[in-house]
Amino acid sequence: MADLHVAHTHAHPSGVEHHFNSAAQQKDASTVGMWVFLVTEIMFFGGLFLTYVAYRHAYPLAFAAASERLDIRLGAFNTAVLIFSSLTMALAVHAAAVGSSKKVLVGFLILTLVLGCVFLGVKSVEYYDKYEKHEIPGPNFEFHEGADPAHATLFFSLYFGMTGLHAFHMIIGAGLLLFLIVQSARGKYTTAWHTPVEMTGLYWHFVDIVWIFLFPLLYLIDRHLK
Amino acid sequence: MTGHIVPKKVYYLIFLTLMVMTAITTAVAFVDLGRFNIVVAMAIAIFKASLVVLFFMHVHYSTKLTKMIVAAGVFWLAIMLLMTMSDLLTRGWMGVPGR
Repeated sequence: MADLHVAHTHAHPSGVEHHFNSAAQQKDASTVGMWVFLVTEIMFFGGLFLTYVAYRHAYPLAFAAASERLDIRLGAFNTAVLIFSSLTMALAVHAAAVGSSKKVLVGFLILTLVLGCVFLGVKSVEYYDKYEKHEIPGPNFEFHEGADPAHATLFFSLYFGMTGLHAFHMIIGAGLLLFLIVQSARGKYTTAWHTPVEMTGLYWHFVDIVWIFLFPLLYLIDRHLK
Repeated sequence: MTGHIVPKKVYYLIFLTLMVMTAITTAVAFVDLGRFNIVVAMAIAIFKASLVVLFFMHVHYSTKLTKMIVAAGVFWLAIMLLMTMSDLLTRGWMGVPGR
């Protein structure tokens, strides 16, 4: 009987799957795959950004008045928190790549996770403020500011839709970080193979970029239009 | 390329630039530049995003294939935004209701 398994006529470097020639090729493939996923995410968020641009163009006064109701200080603080978390994430990837001690890698991952949680905490404070002021679109929505209050609900719908989807991505990112913390504490990652750390890093930075656009678009618009 | 280690100094420099840019964009929001407030805000956001993509996400050191995929994503996003807005922004030009 013929052997069902393809005979191995070549050796594999350790940690490299059968279908790759080298560790470098394997990592390039992971990077490309992750970026293809991130491009789908760009288009996913892109639809919401397009909706935002179209409605802001249609109802500039309503958007300006509604945007004023957001707390710029909290928005700017959260932007700084996310940028700082991107730095710690980049340093975590760096630590994994140069083979720093386990403590350094786990430390940076924990710091990134903590900063992510700070962001979500501030976001929930902002959401609660909107709840108290009846500025969440729905039956209890109340808004009388500016020249066009009737269309302010569009701004707040987009605000909650976009920041909500962003926060959901942060929560997934926090889950990934927890996984990485456990795995790296177990010493699973080496200088030769730490692809999960790198790919989670790409994801985390992407989520940061989404916020880099959300912050000026939602918090900083048209403060002089009224 | 794969295996390229970005010096930590680069990360600190990018981080600092991002923080300064955040401060600038926040401050500029309080200055009345008319229609240019949005232009400045978006220019700074695009600059910040580019720094994150190129250095934090290592695209500057990546293979051409990865660079092409990133560029394709941005290009398609631009098609979606520009085509739609060129429609919405020019509808009033003809002076015909509904056009």
